[in-house]
Amino acid sequence: MENIKIEARNLNFYYNDHPVLFENHLQIETNKITAIIGPSGCGKSTHLRTYNRIFELYRGQRATGEVLLDGKSIFAPDVNLLELRRKVGMIFQKPTPFPMSVFENIAYPLRLHFRLSKSEIADRVEASLRQASVWEEVKDKLHAGGTALSGGQQQRLCIARAIAVEPEVLLMDEPTSAIDPVVTSQIEETVSELKKRFTIVIVTHNMQQASRLSDNTAFFYKGRIVEFGSTEQIFTNPKEKKTEDYLTGRFS
Amino acid sequence: MKRRTLLFRNLTDRTMGAVAIACLLGVLAAMLWILESVGTHGAAVISWEFLTQPSRPHGVPGGGIANALLGTFLMTLCAAAMAVPAAMAGGIWLSEFAAESKTGGVLRAAANVMMGIPSIVTGLFVYAAWVVPTGHFSGFAGSLALAIIMFPVVMRTTEDMLRMVPNTQREAALALGMTRARATLTVVCRCARGGLATGVLMALARVSGETAPLLFTALWSNAWCGGFFHSPTANIPVLMTEYTTNSPYEALHAAGWGAALVMMACLLVLNITTRIYANR
Repeated sequence: MENIKIEARNLNFYYNDHPVLFENHLQIETNKITAIIGPSGCGKSTHLRTYNRIFELYRGQRATGEVLLDGKSIFAPDVNLLELRRKVGMIFQKPTPFPMSVFENIAYPLRLHFRLSKSEIADRVEASLRQASVWEEVKDKLHAGGTALSGGQQQRLCIARAIAVEPEVLLMDEPTSAIDPVVTSQIEETVSELKKRFTIVIVTHNMQQASRLSDNTAFFYKGRIVEFGSTEQIFTNPKEKKTEDYLTGRFS
Repeated sequence: MKRRTLLFRNLTDRTMGAVAIACLLGVLAAMLWILESVGTHGAAVISWEFLTQPSRPHGVPGGGIANALLGTFLMTLCAAAMAVPAAMAGGIWLSEFAAESKTGGVLRAAANVMMGIPSIVTGLFVYAAWVVPTGHFSGFAGSLALAIIMFPVVMRTTEDMLRMVPNTQREAALALGMTRARATLTVVCRCARGGLATGVLMALARVSGETAPLLFTALWSNAWCGGFFHSPTANIPVLMTEYTTNSPYEALHAAGWGAALVMMACLLVLNITTRIYANR
C-alpha cells in the first residue's frame, strides 16, 4: 500500500477508563474508499471519531496511541483543531442540517474558513450541491429552511456542506442507515464520484454497501481490527475465521 | 391458560378517562369564572380617559391608570434588561460548558433555591439592600426586585431548552471547524430560539404581575414616571391592591377591577405572541 493519507498506530480508546478500542492499526489510502464493518458496538464509530477528534466534545472520552494525517500526529499539542476539522470532514448517521436556509447551511461554514466575495460564495454553494447531486432538487429552495427538505436531500445537503470547505478526507458514519433504499443508492453513487477528489472512510452496517463501494475493508470485532485488506480479498477470501463467520451471517 | 375478563379493564379505562375530563372541566371552569368576574366588574370603567390619564389622589374624581401602565412597563423592561443577558449567559454556560462540573451543580442548585424564595422576601431584601441605603423608594428598586425573581427562571429555562438540542447538532458544527463558542451561539442557540424566547416571555409575564416585592420598593404614586430612579413609581399590581382593598370609594374599586382587566388583556397578548413565535 502506498499513498497513506491517515494511519492509526497503537490506537486505544477509553470511555471513563473503560477500554473500547485495543491497539488499532489501520492505514487509509489516499483517494480510495475504506469501509469499516463489524457488529454493533464493536468500536467502528469510535475509531472513526478519533480521526477528527470530535470525541473530545465529551468528558471522559480519551484516546491513546497515534493517528497520523499525512504523517503528522493529529493528537500533537500544536495541532489546530479548526484546521484539522476543515481538512477532515464528517457526515453523520442522521442528517444534521442547521436551522438556517439551504444556502446558508453551506455558505456559513464556508465564510468561516475562506475570504470570498458574494458571487464566489454563490458559485461554491452551487458547485458543492452539484457534486453532492442534489442541486437539481434544491435549486429553487435555496432560501427555504434546510430542515424542510426530505431526509435524503438533507443528507446530501450535509455532504455538500462538508465538501464545500475543501476537505481532504471525508469521514462517513453510517451515512445511509436512516435513509430509504432508493436514496441510499443515489448517495452511494455520489460517494463513488467523490472518491476522485477525497479520501473517504465509511462506517457501515450494510455489507453489500461495503462491497459495492469500497476499495479496502477493515473488519472490527470487540474493539480490535480482526482483518484489514482489499475489499475483494476480504469478501471473497477472508483469512480469519471470525471475518468469514461475520460475512456469512453466522453472527451479527 | 385462564383468560382474564375484559370487563374490568375496559371499565377502568373508561373511569380514568372520565376522571381526566372532569379534572379538565374543573380547571376550565375556574379559569372562565376568573375571566368572567374580572370582565364584568372591570369592563364598565374602561374608557379612553381610563387608559390615557394618570391616576388621581383618593377622593378626586376622574383619572385613569396610564401612569401605572407605563410604570409597570418600564419596571418590567428594566428588570429584563438587567436579568436576561446575564441569565442567558448563565444558562448557556450551565448547559454547554459546565454540564457535569461541580461549580455548575452548585450554581444550578442555587438557582433552584432562588426560584423557591417567596417574592415578598425578595422585596424585603431589596428594601434593606437598596431602598434604605439610597434613602428613597423608586421604580428602579422595583426593577431590581423583579430582576432577582427573573434571573433564576430565565437561567434554568435557557439551560433546559439548550439541553433539548441534540448533540448531533453540536458535533456537526464542530466537525466543520467551528469554534465551540461559535457553534454554541450560531447553531445550538439557534436550534433552541423558540424555546429561549418562550422562556423569557413567560418570565416577563410572571414578574409583570408581581405585587409583594413592589410594596417595599417601587411603592406607589399618582405621578407619571419621571422619578423612576429616585421616587416612588406607579405600577399596576400595587394600584390594584390599593384601589380594591385600601379605598372607601366605589369608583376606585371599579377602577381596580378595570386595571385587572387591562393587565390580563396585556398578558394574554404577550402569551399568544409567545406561542405564535415558538410554533413558527
